[in-house]
Amino acid sequence: MAETDIAELLKIAARMRGKVIEMVAASGAAHLASAMSCLDIVVAAYWRILNLDAAKAADPLRDRFILSKGHAASALYAVLAERGFFSKDWLDTFATHGAPLAEQPAPGCAPGVELATGSLGHGLPVGAGHALAAQIQKHDYQVLVCMSDGECNEGTVWEAAMFAAARKLQNLTVVVDYNKWQATGRSNEIMQLSPLREKWAAFGWKAVEVDGHDIAALVDALDRSRQEAGKPTAIIAHTVKGKGVSLHGG
Amino acid sequence: MRNAFADEILALARQDPRVVLLSADIGNRLFDKLKAEFPNRFFNCGVAEANMIGVAAGMAQSGLRPFCYTITPFITYRCMEQIRVDLCYHHLPVTVVGTGSGLSYASLGGTHHSCEEMGMLRLLPGLTVGGPADAPELRALLRDSLNQNGPVYLRIGKKGEPEMHSAVPALKFGQSITLREGKDACILSIGTVLPVAMAAAEKLAGQGISTRVVSFPTLKPLDEKCLQEVFSSFKVVATLEEHSILGGLGGSVAEWKADHPELNARLVRLGTPDEFLHLTCEQEEAREHYGLTAEGIADRIETLLRLA
Repeated sequence: MAETDIAELLKIAARMRGKVIEMVAASGAAHLASAMSCLDIVVAAYWRILNLDAAKAADPLRDRFILSKGHAASALYAVLAERGFFSKDWLDTFATHGAPLAEQPAPGCAPGVELATGSLGHGLPVGAGHALAAQIQKHDYQVLVCMSDGECNEGTVWEAAMFAAARKLQNLTVVVDYNKWQATGRSNEIMQLSPLREKWAAFGWKAVEVDGHDIAALVDALDRSRQEAGKPTAIIAHTVKGKGVSLHGG
Repeated sequence: MRNAFADEILALARQDPRVVLLSADIGNRLFDKLKAEFPNRFFNCGVAEANMIGVAAGMAQSGLRPFCYTITPFITYRCMEQIRVDLCYHHLPVTVVGTGSGLSYASLGGTHHSCEEMGMLRLLPGLTVGGPADAPELRALLRDSLNQNGPVYLRIGKKGEPEMHSAVPALKFGQSITLREGKDACILSIGTVLPVAMAAAEKLAGQGISTRVVSFPTLKPLDEKCLQEVFSSFKVVATLEEHSILGGLGGSVAEWKADHPELNARLVRLGTPDEFLHLTCEQEEAREHYGLTAEGIADRIETLLRLA
């Protein structure tokens, strides 16, 4: 990627971080740190990877982005509004009484939100269903699922991992936002996650590791995942929980 | 019944290119014809039922009409949250089919019994819940599944169930079918236990008691028109199911009746009690154990009629 291109994405990411902080501060919603850790992933996907048209949010041929870690919905909402899927005014009422955008997404709550998430371990099976449907219907859209590392505790993640590899779902990519912390402790102490890349590789996936805040590296890894033939791709994105907020050490 | 399921799914797949079948590593050879004709419309999802439901949800969101199939306790209890969140919360047109329901697999032990799942599932908003009595009713409801715009759960038997209809009846979800007329008592029966209801009515006829038998294959939505009519016309109405008397047909009708205090008929709920079956036995012996026999049912109804 050209330096100017990288600089532009960094500016966008910084602006999105500011917006998410405003939304969370105004509403008193939780999970700011989780939104911050995946924000660069979401920006890289929506500005450089996904084939989407905000004017045709339900186009059957669109790429699908599923934020399986629904608790980070503020990041997704900020990005979708910036990309024109709905009015930026909606962000101002985030998580307030009667507002369209709840703390975690409800079904059909806003154009561009593919799935109501919040219960972990649902995004990857559903994403695999979209990917398999593309193969059946001979469509060439791609499916991108962003999960948290704590989410990898869920058994359905590994059921879906085996299924996707067996079905050779090359149009499916998962990004694990590996920020090393889950709700109440370190991800590698609560459950044995490590070695995470090797686990995905052992499940039959093309598995790579990137710095989840190096936007050029993210774009490159996501771009390569779309070229991968014969298997799904897992991108283990090393991130910092609360990235961009000094209180969080990011 | 499972052969009729395989046959009907093949017919639906031929009619509708959106139909796909997912199974969780059961039905070896059962779906060979479907696989041969539509190799890209059948998927064995392995022994991973929860993932299967999620995959079906994604497929439905992308415009397909998935049917998911495996043994009842595994596709219901194990997948409760996937059915609730992925299918019901998103109101997606996926049909979940549990085979070997109730005590069909009595001999395999409690892991394979399902006498609570209708009660659990009917609480889920937007889920249609059905229990066909035989292969023709199953075919009718499978066809009507494609007319639904939301999720459906069907509990079916295994194989060799007696056919109570000579042809596929004109049956849709929310409807019931009277199989035998009567004027003293009425039995509403859901699922494959229907022949026992017919035998009980025959037995009661021998005692001078005239009994209507209604096949009541939809638990949700209830055929309220039928309930209104039978609770107005009979002294005793019995619900019959190979399922707990808590939460299933008996439970649903009891709730409905509580909302209709003007109706005087007595309700008796016939089904399994609130317990696990620990007796090693076959399905028919399990039914005997719980009094779900012609004699047992006739006795309960006759006693209640005397009190009424």
